[in-house]
Amino acid sequence: MNRLRDLGRRALVPALSVITAFIFGAVVIVLTDLENLARLPTDPVGAILGALGGVARGYGAMLSGAFGDPARVVTALGSGNPRDIAAAIRPITETLVGATPLIFAGLAIAISFRAGMFNIGGDGQLMIGALGATITVLALSGQAPPLLILLAGLAVGALSGGMWGFIPGFLKARTGAHEVITTIMLNYVAVQVVFFALRSTFLRAPGSTSPVSRNLTPITDVPLLITLPGIRLDLGFIVALVMAAIVSWLLFRTTLGFELRAAGFNLTAARYAGMSAGGSMILAMALSGGLLGLGGSFMVLGTVGQLTLDLSGGIGFTAIALALLASLRPSGVVLAALLFGALTTGGKLMGIQSGIPFDLLSFIMALVIMFVAAPGLIRSIWRVPVSKPAPEVAATTQPTGTV
Amino acid sequence: MQLELRDISKRFPGVLANDKISISADKGKVLGLLGENGAGKTTLMNILSGLYKPDSGEIVIDGKEHVFADPAAAIRAGVGMVHQHFMLVPVFDVVEAVALGAEPVTGPLGRFDRAIARKRIVELSTQYGLDVDPDAKIESLPVGVRQRVEILKALYRKSDILVLDEPSAVLTPQETEELFEIIRSLTATGTTIIFITHKLNEVLEVADQIVVLRRGRVAGTADPKTATRQELANMMVGRDVELIVAKGPANPGDVVLSVHDLRVRDDRLDMAVDGVDLEVRAGEIVAIAGVQGNGQTELVEAIVGLRTIDSGEITIGGHHTENASPREISDLGVAHIPEDRGRDGLINYMSVAENYILDTYHREPYSRRGVLNLEAVNERAAQGVKDFDIRTPSIHTLATALSGGNQQKVVVAREFSVPVQLAIAAQPTRGLDVGSIEYIHRRLVEQRDGGAAILIVSTELDEVIAVGDRIAVMYDGRIVGILAGAEATHENIGLLMGGASHTESAA
Repeated sequence: MNRLRDLGRRALVPALSVITAFIFGAVVIVLTDLENLARLPTDPVGAILGALGGVARGYGAMLSGAFGDPARVVTALGSGNPRDIAAAIRPITETLVGATPLIFAGLAIAISFRAGMFNIGGDGQLMIGALGATITVLALSGQAPPLLILLAGLAVGALSGGMWGFIPGFLKARTGAHEVITTIMLNYVAVQVVFFALRSTFLRAPGSTSPVSRNLTPITDVPLLITLPGIRLDLGFIVALVMAAIVSWLLFRTTLGFELRAAGFNLTAARYAGMSAGGSMILAMALSGGLLGLGGSFMVLGTVGQLTLDLSGGIGFTAIALALLASLRPSGVVLAALLFGALTTGGKLMGIQSGIPFDLLSFIMALVIMFVAAPGLIRSIWRVPVSKPAPEVAATTQPTGTV
Repeated sequence: MQLELRDISKRFPGVLANDKISISADKGKVLGLLGENGAGKTTLMNILSGLYKPDSGEIVIDGKEHVFADPAAAIRAGVGMVHQHFMLVPVFDVVEAVALGAEPVTGPLGRFDRAIARKRIVELSTQYGLDVDPDAKIESLPVGVRQRVEILKALYRKSDILVLDEPSAVLTPQETEELFEIIRSLTATGTTIIFITHKLNEVLEVADQIVVLRRGRVAGTADPKTATRQELANMMVGRDVELIVAKGPANPGDVVLSVHDLRVRDDRLDMAVDGVDLEVRAGEIVAIAGVQGNGQTELVEAIVGLRTIDSGEITIGGHHTENASPREISDLGVAHIPEDRGRDGLINYMSVAENYILDTYHREPYSRRGVLNLEAVNERAAQGVKDFDIRTPSIHTLATALSGGNQQKVVVAREFSVPVQLAIAAQPTRGLDVGSIEYIHRRLVEQRDGGAAILIVSTELDEVIAVGDRIAVMYDGRIVGILAGAEATHENIGLLMGGASHTESAA
């Protein structure tokens, strides 16, 4: 009972932030609905109803774009036609496909932030991980069973990303070089490394003039969860959920996680308690990079099927917002990633069906983050009584020292 | 001005912070307001300075009843407040900081007239002996001088009633003496002072009348000319308190800690510990006295493995530990109660239970092969909370939510939760109230009687004399004298702390 109440209290501000952002989004839809605005002087009732109808249509399209239309799912299942079933459930599977890399990345950022390391280099770590996986799969092509190639690709991908995260961790622990600077800079290095690698004939898709790798799907493919035409949802999503459980266990049930969190909150006290603060930094960054690398590997080996220069598409940065929305909790990361996945997938249909531009979604996501970052604002809007400052917030705002 | 607070009550959710408190202070007198943390002193003063509104009761100044809607109203009525935590803009100079919010202006555009402000500030500081350079930047000033700037701020606003909230908490003994001089010159010109503190010596030295608060009520009043420390302490805590911990004679055994010709550098690479020899035996308490900044901090850090040494030897229980890690030293059975518990001893945003295992989490039963055993952690932490009488809503409460005394109890409970061969406590009672001090001292003596070697570092002479079986005085990186506890007095220790050499040694 107590735990339930705690959970409610923790989720309150993020939930209200999401609701508030959608209300603001509705206001923007109304204000940009020029047709109905023009009608306002002559037919005020009709204009207002029309505008509200626009909001309902837009958000309705977003919902069915993200989760599908239940009635259609039922009919399709009844008909037993695989093509119809696939079309009916595709929205929700695409939402999960979109959420998968965000879960990996959000967990990665949560680990590093918990340890007081501001990992801004998620994009770079994801790209290097994906590169490692791609090279491994192409090198082993035809020389081992596909399943073995898949496992090798994932392992090398995670290790490559982990190595890319290890570098800034090591630099910080040994020399005090600030990880914000080094991780940002390593993002640029990573993109150039991938660009360079994609110029080789070994990697580049034959006959292609743009920097994309050969298609990896014929060599090996992450097993699909549902084998229906056009459904991309694969085992990567399940692995992401398992990772969330593992990360949660690691952070809160092991001595390693205890050390990471202690170092993140208070480096001097961690040192006084006999912990190796530098070790925690390095480990947190390596784990963080490893998770991002694994997420990138699942993309190239599964849903995307090849390495491209824009593979990450800013996931490393989205993940920062997402991890903060999740209060750096693994369970929260999963929920936040599902929300972001749903918004992105649903936003596309909203754009097609209601003419409300997809950009509105970026606007809503930005508002969600802004409200989460300013809990005082949400509290005063919704008149939520102030409670103790959450430790997670402190973890992300306190300055971190150097070794 | 004559000040009277009548039947002031203030209730917060769950607590009656002030319960019909009545106090009065005469013009030109110092009223000492004494009480433990949480007794309601600060609430009362926040009511007087207009920050809170009382639920009932009156504020009467010179016979006139006042209702303060906000702090500005209190300032207009002549009440000035000097907070424990200063409210000054660091990049301002003294003139700007003092005049801020009450600037004299000239011209149609209301330009700040610095010359007028500066002149008044110089006048005030000469009149009251507040030695302050008006053009110095706040950030460049030591804490004691910043406090004078705060006092100037109040005087500049023509305050006749000055409230000083725990003014000595951040001051060195020297600066405290200077503050008392300033208070005397203020009262000589008719300013009424309310001096809030939990330190018995200070209130006896500076107050003309003493009111003791306990749990939101007036527990009693006392005349500083006749009252004793013991009476005041009992009144504050509500029971008989041991001001000087009761302990039998020491029963020294084998040498546990031996430091020989130790040299350690500070962060600026200056030699902070410059050839220290020291021995602490099982079953005795050695107290190191000295003014802050004479190498005590670096000495302790070197012993517990947090600072690399320059040269010399350290052995603990026969093991050489010169280059050992904090973990290795802690595993030898060394407890360390750090000087700054908020920064070094606790993780504020972790729970009481997590703080309880902060340096033992890697041992059984708290963990096995890297996996925490939360049942064992919670069970032991709950036991520790019980044994050490830590006042906390739950073991899952964040450390930051606890009072200073209870935070320190968490640290002490943790350090003494495993068998201890050597305990090192730096400023173990800094900022704590009488009840907590008594408690911590008792626990240290208990450890001594259990056969542990105890090393205490303190700048408080009372503490050093109360608990030390032997007292070593540190000055300029060296031990300049070692006295037996029985022969130690404020005078002979004070002389050594000032750098006088000491020829005989009781060691």
